[in-house]
Amino acid sequence: MSGVASIAAVAGQPARDPGVANRLSRNRKRSNRVATVLCIAATVVALAFLASIIFTLLRLGFGGLSLTVFTSVTKPAGGNGGLLNPIVGSLIQTAIGTAVGTPIGILVGTYLSEYAGKSILGNAVRFVSDVLLSAPSILIGLFIYELFVNGRGYSGIAGGLALSVIVIPIVVRTTEDMLKLIPTSLREAAVALGAPKWKAIVLICYRAALDGITTGVLLAVARIAGETAPLLFTSLGNDNWSLALDKPMSSLPLAIYKYAGSPADDWVQLAWVGALLITFGVLALNVVARVALRPRR
Amino acid sequence: MFVLILLGAIIISLLVGGWPTLRAFGLAFVTSTDWDPVQEVFGAAVPVYGTIVTSVLALLMAVPLAFGIAFYLTELAPPLVRRPIGTAIELLAAVPSIIYGMWGFFVVVPFMAEYVQPHIIDTLDGTPLLQDLFAGPPFGTGIFTAALILAVMVVPFVAATMRDVFQTVPAVYKESAYGVGCTTWEVMRSVVIPYTRSSVVGGIMLGLGRALGETMAVTFVIGNSNRISGNLFGSGNTIASLVALEFGESEAGSLKLSSLLALGFILFVISFIVLAISRLLLREVKA
Repeated sequence: MSGVASIAAVAGQPARDPGVANRLSRNRKRSNRVATVLCIAATVVALAFLASIIFTLLRLGFGGLSLTVFTSVTKPAGGNGGLLNPIVGSLIQTAIGTAVGTPIGILVGTYLSEYAGKSILGNAVRFVSDVLLSAPSILIGLFIYELFVNGRGYSGIAGGLALSVIVIPIVVRTTEDMLKLIPTSLREAAVALGAPKWKAIVLICYRAALDGITTGVLLAVARIAGETAPLLFTSLGNDNWSLALDKPMSSLPLAIYKYAGSPADDWVQLAWVGALLITFGVLALNVVARVALRPRR
Repeated sequence: MFVLILLGAIIISLLVGGWPTLRAFGLAFVTSTDWDPVQEVFGAAVPVYGTIVTSVLALLMAVPLAFGIAFYLTELAPPLVRRPIGTAIELLAAVPSIIYGMWGFFVVVPFMAEYVQPHIIDTLDGTPLLQDLFAGPPFGTGIFTAALILAVMVVPFVAATMRDVFQTVPAVYKESAYGVGCTTWEVMRSVVIPYTRSSVVGGIMLGLGRALGETMAVTFVIGNSNRISGNLFGSGNTIASLVALEFGESEAGSLKLSSLLALGFILFVISFIVLAISRLLLREVKA
């Protein structure tokens, strides 16, 4: 029974036979109810997945949480090791990724919003940036491997660069969106006062868009903090304490990857602790970013 | 400008890296099912097959779910819970993929092995066709489980896109449909979906692009064996999982490494096409 036909039957002509009208109405109500129930079920299922993930992390990770995790470096299985070097490594590489990616992203976003307009080049850049936004992260790892690692060896800086490639499109998108929200009258006012265009952008637009761009950067940080695939081929992971940027560097996702698949119980336990830390870090960043953005909407 | 160069550089670097392989095997690289590091014979057919099968299966599971969520969030949910639930779904998208991998490996896989797979195999035993499709050892890992986890990962993306495009439908359209006595479901089917069809497809393609390149979660649960199995509980691999696993064992400059890079190139081409289509479809509505 098509929706349109039944609408016409009910709304257009009064049905001659009340029995038919009743049946029709009953059927329509029933299909409406079925659809409603199914949709609620779908939402519940998705929420159940989230709950299951968080519950599992808490159940298996919380028990292993102790001071040793934060003060001791990774050790061979059974050696009562911690996660100090993966945590620090993650922080360093995320910092590099953000520090390199953010300025580039903001510049590109500014170009798109303020200078490019609807030009062909602008559209091409916008399109490519959108594609990069959802490009498989493992390819970015391969790319950095080809560019920096091949022949030169794995290094923490290569890991950071790979992450920065992920940061750029995210920051581009939010920067452009936020700058577009700024009323033209603000810009015109600045220009009318004799400010050159760059001054109007830097002093007026950036200030007004600051909240939004910060949100974008936070989301980007949250995204790269949990990335594993691009780091596999760039920073490789390191079981020893090392802060040298030109040497292989450990990171939380890589440690989780290595430990989760291992047969040693205490390694698996550490993997869960790492997973707990990283997930709650990432989720907290997301919540903060979203709450910060909210009043703007 | 920089971004354009970046994309170009990615393509070129993968192509250059994969060139020895493409030259050595030619077109046979794409069609061959061999992957034998000892003999130095490499073919891409198995991972390509695995990539496409898992992604499509994942979408088959994810799309109805995502549609239900988007419908619920736009039309049904009381305003009070709309925001918290929407945020929760978005958080599902924020969970790092390696966490999905662990969760899949330690929670979903045992569950599948213990309850779901034996049950399905028993139930379908004797049914032609389906019996073969759902055959295989009930280890819990395999293509079906990988697709299931991919589905969970893709749902929030597709649902968020659908919700956004559903909200672009002018309220007047919906109100006039309600005005002639439509039920909520009829408004959805006859007004909202026709109005947003191309964007909905775009959102689904976006999800497909995500699923194609997903690495860590799949690596954990797919079983990682290089063969094409006709049944869904059998193990397999995908481009991304194969690259992630074998990379550490490949020497720089070897033919194997080059093959992995060539695989990366194939993955890039596939996902670029999918994402490009999705962007074009999504743009239509915005413009």
